Amino acid sequence: MTLLTMMAVVTVAIVAQRNLFAVVVFGSIYSFLMATALVALDAVDVAMTEASVGAGMSTVLLLAALHLTRGDEVKPLRRPLLPMLVAVVIGAALVYGTIGLPAFSDPQAAIHTHVVPRYLGDSLRETGVPNVVTSVLASYRGYDTLGETTVVFTAGAGVIALLRRRRREKKK
Amino acid sequence: MSLAGHYTYWVTIFLMIAGLYIVIARGNLVKKLIGLGIFQTSVYLLYIAPGKLIGGTAPILAATFNTYSNPLPHVLILTAIVVGVATLALGLAIVVRIREAYDSIEEDEILDKDSAGDEGQ
Repeated sequence: MTLLTMMAVVTVAIVAQRNLFAVVVFGSIYSFLMATALVALDAVDVAMTEASVGAGMSTVLLLAALHLTRGDEVKPLRRPLLPMLVAVVIGAALVYGTIGLPAFSDPQAAIHTHVVPRYLGDSLRETGVPNVVTSVLASYRGYDTLGETTVVFTAGAGVIALLRRRRREKKK
Repeated sequence: MSLAGHYTYWVTIFLMIAGLYIVIARGNLVKKLIGLGIFQTSVYLLYIAPGKLIGGTAPILAATFNTYSNPLPHVLILTAIVVGVATLALGLAIVVRIREAYDSIEEDEILDKDSAGDEGQ
């Protein structure tokens, strides 16, 4: 609960801060807090990925982009009343939606009674891997992981295509 | 409905609308991408928090435990994190290109230059 509150505070700092370097550093802190919260929520595999990819790689990518662009954000000309209104209305609708959801850690919630007992009970016998996350990711949903690598490959190809064109133009 | 029972949902929603607000209200393209990242990470919480069982352990099967948190959201979110960093990289590459073409990463200035270019033709 404390962690989540700290994350909310860091998010406010990100919204308010105009120096983009500071925003990137706050974003890294936010990712580490998120990784810690994920450990507390028993999602150890996700926490490791978030700490390395979210707090590590994303920060490096953002810093590299800042190096190539400008470091400060200009002050907006208009007062952001409409976006604030949109955000508050959507937030209110979502909070209204949570009233019908089961309380935190309710063992009778639908998420714990369907599908999962099958994986927890049979996956060790069927795949021989004790870590259920690994067996679902690599075995039961292997095609999904293949699709994911396709997405990463496409994004990498896109980045190379965008930045290579630039280098060629510089040569001319 | 209680404060302790629904607190995670509400923090998740706060993070979500904060990210949405940054994406809509801020003109700086790098800041917009960071806002998109916050929106995305709030979805991680939305998926994983309901899967937690108090007294449960991480879903690695062992004889000494019999209560495990739900592993399925973890799998989905692992995929989401990796795809998220791929889209971030692509977005930043586009921002760098925009900066070279317009010499600015502020949305307002880019739109001004675009309309000035149209009038000049």
